[in-house]
Amino acid sequence: MLQSQSLVSTQEEASETGLSRRHFLKGSVAGIVISMTLPMAGMKQALAAGNTQTDANAFVRIAADNTVTVLIKHIEFGQGTFTGLATLVAEELDADWSQIRAEHAPANVKLYANLFFGLQGTGGSSSIANSYQTMRQAGAKAKQILLQAAAAKWNVPMSSLKVKNGVIFGANGKRAQFGELVELAATLPVPKAEPVLKSPEQFTLIGTDVPKLDSPAKSSGQANYTQDVFKDNMVVAVIARPPAFGAKVKAVNADAALASPGVEAVKTIDAGVVVYANSTFNAIKGRRALQVEWDYSNAETRSSTELFRDFNAKLATPGKTASTRGSVAKAASSALNTVEFEFNFPYLAHAPMEPLDAVIQLHRESQNKKVTAWFGSQIPTTDQAAIAKVFGITPEQVDIQTQLAGGSFGLRAQQDSGLAIEAAQATKAFANQPGKAETPVKLVYTREDDIQGGRYRPMSVHKMKGYLGENGALLGWEHDIAIQSIVANSAFSGLIQNGIDATSVEGAHNQPYSVPNLDVRLHDMITGVPVLWWRSVGHTHTGYAVETVIDVLLQRAEQDPIAGRLALLKAHPREAGVLKALDRLQQQAGPVPAGRARGIAMVKSFGSYVAQMAEVSKGSDGKPQVHKIWCTVDCGLVVNRNVVTAQIEGGIGYGLDAILHGEVTLGEGGKVEQSNFHNYTIMRINEMPDIQVELVKSAEAPSGVGEIGTPPVGPAVANAWRRLTGELVTTLPFDKALEKDVS
Amino acid sequence: MTIKLTVNGQPRVVNVSDDTPLLWVIRDELKLTGTKFGCGMAMCGACTVHVNGQPQRSCVLPAGAAQNLNITTIEAVEADQEQGGREAAVIKAAWQELDVPQCGYCQSGQIMSAIGVLKAHPKPTDDDIDNGMSGNACRCATYVRIRKAIHLAAEKLEA
Repeated sequence: MLQSQSLVSTQEEASETGLSRRHFLKGSVAGIVISMTLPMAGMKQALAAGNTQTDANAFVRIAADNTVTVLIKHIEFGQGTFTGLATLVAEELDADWSQIRAEHAPANVKLYANLFFGLQGTGGSSSIANSYQTMRQAGAKAKQILLQAAAAKWNVPMSSLKVKNGVIFGANGKRAQFGELVELAATLPVPKAEPVLKSPEQFTLIGTDVPKLDSPAKSSGQANYTQDVFKDNMVVAVIARPPAFGAKVKAVNADAALASPGVEAVKTIDAGVVVYANSTFNAIKGRRALQVEWDYSNAETRSSTELFRDFNAKLATPGKTASTRGSVAKAASSALNTVEFEFNFPYLAHAPMEPLDAVIQLHRESQNKKVTAWFGSQIPTTDQAAIAKVFGITPEQVDIQTQLAGGSFGLRAQQDSGLAIEAAQATKAFANQPGKAETPVKLVYTREDDIQGGRYRPMSVHKMKGYLGENGALLGWEHDIAIQSIVANSAFSGLIQNGIDATSVEGAHNQPYSVPNLDVRLHDMITGVPVLWWRSVGHTHTGYAVETVIDVLLQRAEQDPIAGRLALLKAHPREAGVLKALDRLQQQAGPVPAGRARGIAMVKSFGSYVAQMAEVSKGSDGKPQVHKIWCTVDCGLVVNRNVVTAQIEGGIGYGLDAILHGEVTLGEGGKVEQSNFHNYTIMRINEMPDIQVELVKSAEAPSGVGEIGTPPVGPAVANAWRRLTGELVTTLPFDKALEKDVS
Repeated sequence: MTIKLTVNGQPRVVNVSDDTPLLWVIRDELKLTGTKFGCGMAMCGACTVHVNGQPQRSCVLPAGAAQNLNITTIEAVEADQEQGGREAAVIKAAWQELDVPQCGYCQSGQIMSAIGVLKAHPKPTDDDIDNGMSGNACRCATYVRIRKAIHLAAEKLEA
């Protein structure tokens, strides 16, 4: 999602203030809370109030019943943050895995910021990378507190004690479980010394396959999502949105909707017209009876055909330079061959299994307003501020209870906090009615709302030229991209440097292959279609373009796809490393079966390196059948191999689905033509290839995992398809490209 | 109107219009939230329940038509040994052992369908699995592990 911009880390704050006072919860479950980042000012205030309960929640809570709860500052939506971050704590704490629990941390940017972002949020495949040290330190500090208590209890030096699997051992058979020490620990000052973290050879949990904390609940229907939040007196809301993006409400006839069973109100907000009812079905039914007239004067009414035409036309005009070296003009004039490419990438929906939803309630306690929001907030800091603004209160008055989410793939990380604002406005509008001030409102999206609701992976057109010399030597490379900025005019516009939105060109402006003359240019497009980051963002299209082009050029030069790439990666050892590992897998895989072909691709994204080989045949429908994907991954130190492998499998599946089928198109008047899974085709189990993943051993710091499996699969399949059929696919999805071939 | 249903072996009475999909009765009226909403048109399988022991998509079954039928949801599917309870327990255990779920939202439906596959094919082939499970979408693409878990459950049931 986002490239890293290191800001002052909260760790630095903690070491400056030192933790020299006691922190404990008074009168509640006898547990100790380990604060890593309590700023001095806040602590003074807390103590001055005679209140021993700190305002600063923390990362580790140990209870008298011996459970260790890790507060997770990154939302869990399937990528394994609960398990991963808890593992880091459990390792340094020397806890037993069975006593570990995880829950979402509250919204509090001072304590729970993503250290790469400077605000609290999940994305950019950064959860482990930015938390690796912090969570380990939290676990180590918690262990110090317990050791100190045991030492005090047994009157022995701390250095004489050992810890293993949640038990502290002293001399002469003395032992104590964590829970037994909590009450005493809470009365002692926090040890000042910085604990020494383990070295990797000492790891007993990190690097293994600890079972996932959320698997039991998710395997028995017990896991709760925003959809499953029910509050007393709650109403359910659905929004009637305009048929074209940017159209506004002109007139509403709510008579039939209000007469529909269970409907309680109809209100207009920025996003459209809200229908509130006493149940989800009644809200959906009520909305069907709603009559809305729309004002299209500021709407995006172009069709996809017209948009692609406009994007194409823009490429003929000068663009902004994203990167340049040498002289492409010289390369062009001395080239023996010039190969040109044009790629067309469609809008893509995220379509997580749980459509967007949020429950918001306004509380009025003696004129003091407070808002609670239950939803899968992926960027709590900006969502909190956006909700606060709607209600005219401060962010501190907004309590976000982050829920498990049924998938995101980027959809829940909204740079404009769109969902949070819709839900807040919907709640506020209902609450303004007499006697309804504290009604909780659950906003839900139907699948149609989801597929047609915008926030798509941006469409784009790429034009590329490869200039070849003798024996196909790659002399020069030109790459022009026409695409809409994801972050312009948003809280994340800082990602635009020198007029270039980093998310538009990542993977293209810094493509790793050594070519002496290179120009990469961005052509900013503006449309009324809302766009958003979609699993691996810019790499979803630049990866396909770069890896297809390099493969074609190497083939023309009669180079082996792996050896040829390696020859151009002399300055990039980790890229080369995953390709060499893939080569070994290719050797092991033996000869290609008749009727099939293999294709290679390698993409570095989010700090990690991935190479893939796809084995493809032509199905009876004339379309690719993908039998197997071999995948090598260098993501630095691996916290949980099983979780990483699952993320790679998932990323491959997500990427393959999009390449084969994914497409949102706008028809006449800018109306989205797809609406549900009958016409927004998604991949099913029968299309899922076998997958073999090899995690390259690495002692480097952990780098991104969640998104990295996605970029290489498209080009790997395309390269295999081209080698099988001779057909170069440059318009996606394959369903569209091969339409003409299907009899 | 008053609708009488048998859900998880219990008689339940709800007051909804008879065109209300069973899914919403289960979720909004009975507060059994293990069964999920994904599409509303039987294209994703997240809403799969058992009707007289057979997997059905509850989002397209009107409450009025669900009267006089035995409805079982994920919460209680193990209890009825006759109607797939034995398969259910083993499947849930296999799902946990292989850490099948990622976001987990589709998995109740996947499990309910998988029970149907194993009841019909105690030693399922990959084709049996494809045919029985292709109505259950998973955007996290946990398909590789779903397949493995069904095979693992079949082995355990055979033992």
